[in-house]
Amino acid sequence: MSALARRAAAILWKDILSETRTRQGFTAMLSFAALVLFMFSFAIGVDNDLLGRLAGGLLWVAIVFTGTLSLGRTFQNEELAGGTRLLRLYPGDVRAIYLGKLAGNLVVLAALEVVLFPAAAILYGVDFAAQAGPLLLVAALGTFGFSVIGTFFSALTVHLRARELLLPLLLFPALVPVVLASVGATEAFLAGDPLGRATGWLRLLASYDVILFVVCVWIFPVVLEE
Amino acid sequence: MNRLTMLGWLAIALIAVGSVLGLVVLPADALQGEVQRLLYVHVPVAWVMMLAFFVVFLMSILYLVQRRLKWDLLAVSAAELGVVAAVLTLILGTLWGRPTWGIWWAWDPRITTTALLVPIYTGYLVVRSMAEDPDRRARWAAVIGLIAFVQVPIVYLSVFWWRSLHQPPSSPQSMWSAYGLVMLLGFVAYTLAFAYLWLRRYRLAATELELELSGPEEG
Repeated sequence: MSALARRAAAILWKDILSETRTRQGFTAMLSFAALVLFMFSFAIGVDNDLLGRLAGGLLWVAIVFTGTLSLGRTFQNEELAGGTRLLRLYPGDVRAIYLGKLAGNLVVLAALEVVLFPAAAILYGVDFAAQAGPLLLVAALGTFGFSVIGTFFSALTVHLRARELLLPLLLFPALVPVVLASVGATEAFLAGDPLGRATGWLRLLASYDVILFVVCVWIFPVVLEE
Repeated sequence: MNRLTMLGWLAIALIAVGSVLGLVVLPADALQGEVQRLLYVHVPVAWVMMLAFFVVFLMSILYLVQRRLKWDLLAVSAAELGVVAAVLTLILGTLWGRPTWGIWWAWDPRITTTALLVPIYTGYLVVRSMAEDPDRRARWAAVIGLIAFVQVPIVYLSVFWWRSLHQPPSSPQSMWSAYGLVMLLGFVAYTLAFAYLWLRRYRLAATELELELSGPEEG
């Protein structure tokens, strides 16, 4: 294992340890996500057909809203105790900090989705299980893109006043391709992909993921400079 | 009269000539009617918006390479103009779209992407306004200016796949030549206006920074 991956893994492990000791953050996040799913039903009404057709979009909006709250905490706890400065003092490439934090966010969002997908299936009456394989791929690509951008902007906004407001302001426009492609592919797969549009969406999503990942990794040291 | 002021007057004169030609001299469009005259402003202003955001991108790169605050001030000056041009483009576009398409707002790639540019670069400006230290402020702004330029083409592409209605850009063949000339004049006039306002705003920003760095006890 390269030094970069080892350092990133150490940061991931540290964050998992500190999160599992309290679990407060994650529990609150799950409750919030469930509430968002309920809010959609309240706003749209108990029309099961309509909810079923909208399920893909509603699910991804719930993931983005809840995920944004969680992403905002990525560097916040660190910053409270002066941790970012200490992390920077360790020898080696500071990109390991980004990669470790990114991996942590992937774990958290994956855990969220493990609960959110079945919950949406039950509440909105859609059968995600029938398309489990393709949907897993969509979820993986969408979550990766979301985390890549979110982790980056989280590091960028952590020092700012009103960061709770600024993170979504910067993040949501950047997420447009991720949301459109994830929703597009999810809905296409749920409908059995009659028009063969899912592949195009997946390709767009994968390209955006790769481009943004390269740019974010490349420029991250500038964000962390003192 | 210094050269910058002359540039400003030249831009105003050209905009005035273009407006007279577009509003009075040229006949109304056969298909679209009087409302088509809006395009003599809408299209050049949309061009200025793109130019401004491209300038933000270039200045951000220059700042990240050379770390001179001058580039940051040039970037923020262009970003402010870009946001103004984007809002103006959207307003003129909706005014044109209502009688032409029958709807105020179409979820078309260019409209949607332009609308998204406003919060993107507003975010850029707000982040700048919240950072105290000039070097940090410049660094964060440059990073956002660079990322924004990477994401915008893909945002456009994704919205394009999602939905499309906007008429394709007019090529010279699709426009009667006199219309084309007035449009060209508009491009030149609004580009000069951009250059003037950009450099003026930059001078103001440079003065502000000087004041900021000189400290409260002297200022």
